[in-house]
Amino acid sequence: MAIIVYLETENGSFKKSALEVSSYGRKLADEKKTNLCGITFNSSDPFKIEKYGVEKLINIKTDHVFDAKIYADLLCKNFRDLGGTIFITGSSADSRFIFPIISILLDASYATNVVEFPSSISPLVLKRSVFTNKAFVFTELKNKHKIIGILNNSFGIFESERKLEVKDYISESLDSNVQVESIKEDGEKISIADAEIVVSGGRGLKGPENWNLVEDLAKTLGAATACSKPVSDMGWRPHSEHVGQTGKPVASNLYIAIGVSGAIQHLAGINASKCKVVINNDPEAPFFKAADYGVVGDAFDVVPKLIEGLKKFKSR
Amino acid sequence: MKILVCISSVPDTTSRINFIDNETEFDRSGVQYVINPNDEFGLTRAIWLKEKESCEVHVICVGGIDTDPILRKALAIGADQAFRVDTKPMDANQVAKEISDLVKEKEYNLIIAGRESIDYNGGMVPGMIATLINANYVSNCVSLDVDQSNFKAIRETDGGKEEISGSLPLVIGSQKGLVEESDLIIPNMRGIMMSRKKPLTIIQAKFKTHQTKTVKYQKLPPKSEVKLVKPEKINDLIDLLHNEAKVI
Repeated sequence: MAIIVYLETENGSFKKSALEVSSYGRKLADEKKTNLCGITFNSSDPFKIEKYGVEKLINIKTDHVFDAKIYADLLCKNFRDLGGTIFITGSSADSRFIFPIISILLDASYATNVVEFPSSISPLVLKRSVFTNKAFVFTELKNKHKIIGILNNSFGIFESERKLEVKDYISESLDSNVQVESIKEDGEKISIADAEIVVSGGRGLKGPENWNLVEDLAKTLGAATACSKPVSDMGWRPHSEHVGQTGKPVASNLYIAIGVSGAIQHLAGINASKCKVVINNDPEAPFFKAADYGVVGDAFDVVPKLIEGLKKFKSR
Repeated sequence: MKILVCISSVPDTTSRINFIDNETEFDRSGVQYVINPNDEFGLTRAIWLKEKESCEVHVICVGGIDTDPILRKALAIGADQAFRVDTKPMDANQVAKEISDLVKEKEYNLIIAGRESIDYNGGMVPGMIATLINANYVSNCVSLDVDQSNFKAIRETDGGKEEISGSLPLVIGSQKGLVEESDLIIPNMRGIMMSRKKPLTIIQAKFKTHQTKTVKYQKLPPKSEVKLVKPEKINDLIDLLHNEAKVI
């Protein structure tokens, strides 16, 4: 009876969400007086997770490219070997790809978009975001095996060091039913899913040639860039930057919207962000009703001043 | 080729979200229901495939009689046949099992389900179906080409894209990109007339057990007023973000 966390890596390093998932798992393991084990793929620095309370880590070594079915099989096998009952994961696109498969393989109850530590441990009840961030629901997971998918930036990262034992698991080459080829196109940019801060631009920026404002602000803050639906529809920015109900979901700590009016579909997609700032010259823009902080002003005037101020703030 | 598009009936985005029965049920009164947007992108792609080569497009919804108008709309858009599993869906696992049962019986080559519904946002149904019927699976699918036995699809990842190819049967989690919003088909009068003659078959539900239970809903806490900062005092904003919101 152990709690298992799936710790995602990128180029061998744990993603920030892996530290959050570990912190969540550690607290749950303490409440349930049980052990916390982790499973990861190809970690080059496995002991980095020791600080976040993992006691045993299975480091699966595979040269297989990401294949959801194969990854799901390997995760299930190791979950069973570790005697897992609760499986905790993050909310990346990859993890949302793998875990529905795992939930069938393990016959597990599965909750996604979990925003808090369980409101009850036994029975296990989780608060989830539903109606595209317009409400919450408390869901009880009934099966013996349970999967908790937590939303990024919803719990936080806490240190709680334990003695860590690392075991390598060498996966034999597995037959894949599909060929997978990755098409990298976003280069070294921070992805919207992993970002703590997202800077987003709307039609108010008048044209793609003005996007340096968004990019410069994002660079100053170490943020990801995003855009509203009309902007991606008009081809000013790539579709992969479109956030909102039909675009990518955002759950950042800080979301800054520049020249975005705040259509209901846009707000639905970004509402899981903790702090929302709007810069718009139209005081009637609906975004002001959803935002925590607002600046009524011309973006072309306000944003450069904000960048300048932030640079001074950072060098303080 | 036989295609099945899974349709979820969801409240329109502009709907007011309220709960009744001591916050345990969604309040349907006055709510306008629509085809889940992610399903509609998939349905449109299926109709395009049908126009290109001979294939049949069926649609399925797991829901009560109140979801029939949504299925009629899918028929008016161009689907050939509709099925409704007559039950109140309680969780993704139940929905996936009911749909998989029909897939096994009718031997569909391509099953399309939205990457997530905009009401419960679970994002689980397509992956569960693929696993239950032992088919290939592509989530967050933004491009799809198929021939009689193979597929080539593109999946959107957090930081880029992936091309996945293999053999049918295939399940995809559909989303925008597969077709654009401007491509969505608005039913014309002829489509609406024809939809009335197309078969809508009611199936008895088989899977009555649930793996999750809804305990209670909760509305968002009331939001405090926006704090306005004057453009000439932009450093106040930096101060607020640092000291009050603690996000920078």
